[in-house]
Amino acid sequence: MKPAPFAYLRPTTLEEALTALAGEPGAKVLAGGQSLVPLLSMRLAAPSMLIDINALPDLGHVTCDEAGVRIGALARHAEVLASVEAAASQPLIARALSHVAHPTIRNRGTTVGSLVHADAAAEMPMVLRLLEGSVDVASVRGRRTIPAAELFAGPLESTLAHDEVAVEAFFPALPAGGGIGFEEIARRHGDYALVGVAAVVTIADGDVVGARVGFVSVSDVPVVVDVTDHLDDPAAAALAELDPAEDIHASADYRAHLVKVLTPRVLADAIHHARTRKQA
Amino acid sequence: MSEQVHDVRLHVNGSVHEVQVPARRLLSDALRHDCGLTGTHVGCEHGVCGACTVLVDGRPMRSCLMLAVSAVDSEITTVEGLTEADGTPQGRLSPVQQAFSDCHGLQCGFCTPGFLTTITAGLRDNPDPSEDEAREMIAGNLCRCTGYQNIVKSVLRAAEITAEIESGERT
Repeated sequence: MKPAPFAYLRPTTLEEALTALAGEPGAKVLAGGQSLVPLLSMRLAAPSMLIDINALPDLGHVTCDEAGVRIGALARHAEVLASVEAAASQPLIARALSHVAHPTIRNRGTTVGSLVHADAAAEMPMVLRLLEGSVDVASVRGRRTIPAAELFAGPLESTLAHDEVAVEAFFPALPAGGGIGFEEIARRHGDYALVGVAAVVTIADGDVVGARVGFVSVSDVPVVVDVTDHLDDPAAAALAELDPAEDIHASADYRAHLVKVLTPRVLADAIHHARTRKQA
Repeated sequence: MSEQVHDVRLHVNGSVHEVQVPARRLLSDALRHDCGLTGTHVGCEHGVCGACTVLVDGRPMRSCLMLAVSAVDSEITTVEGLTEADGTPQGRLSPVQQAFSDCHGLQCGFCTPGFLTTITAGLRDNPDPSEDEAREMIAGNLCRCTGYQNIVKSVLRAAEITAEIESGERT
């Protein structure tokens, strides 16, 4: 249970990091390491080089404006969770983050790192997808913004090119008339969810005019289903687009059962939230 | 082919340790093997059990999920650093350590260093936890003796001891 040997670089400028990454196809970027280091120790990953971005300046921010919340690549989950402004701008961030691992892991792990790790059993990739946020990436070739809908390629696989570093994530603010809900079932609080469900709704003149639901741990990428036209039976509409997976933690049938139970419940919570929320 | 070795200055429990380690040396192993601080225990080695938890700049983190080379800018506190100086060679037990002693909070003791560091930081954030909050505080740490009842009691007792010290009832 020790990592295989790798070269190590701890750059102090982003340019230095990007140049090194471009020149070493087998390199991986190390931020919080709470997912990467176990993969190294179990030798499921054996990069030729680790580029440690923890000494880079100006990446630890959590900033909010009218559009939403911007989270730098070195902002730890705990720091994002502690941001009152972020929770006010987009309450789903804090709701979901409180389910991300245990506080000890959240003290080190980064939200942006979790996004590009692209684990379908992780909360934040699904939340970014549900909110239609994005990730800004940088490389020696320049910067680009990847919308969440184009970020997740497969299990633990994002669409970042090997020479790209994710520098910032953007989560849109919850607009007026919006409401959110989140719930997950895990063996212990902080463990990976057997199934997690989040919902975002929009209400206009008292009617639900938009309702989307996202799922954690059901398929091998984060899945979002629009249930606006299926408010009478949102779980059936969701299951029509989901193919629950079986693993050591839960059977496919049990996952489908949890989708049936959680989807209407979380949707109702989101609608209640939209109707009772203090409008800014 | 010999592996490249890095010179790393680790700041641990107020002392500086100059160690030469390969980049892949986990912080947990560097503390134990290179610094000789074997109080930090290594259980699962992939972040699940919590036995290796240390304080990094005051916040609990898994030392098995950090590389020693990546810990250069941080002040690390291990279980050895929790003991308070009182002029005696062994020092005085911290409130959390004393509470574990009072409440039989350890059996085999393997998981204990991780619990002590986690609870020390937890009580700083929440000095007067309810029993539910005490359980939540230790939810990321495993005890295979399953001595959780007494560990929960120890959290609450440690809060009492700390309050007694702060109010001057206890020296």
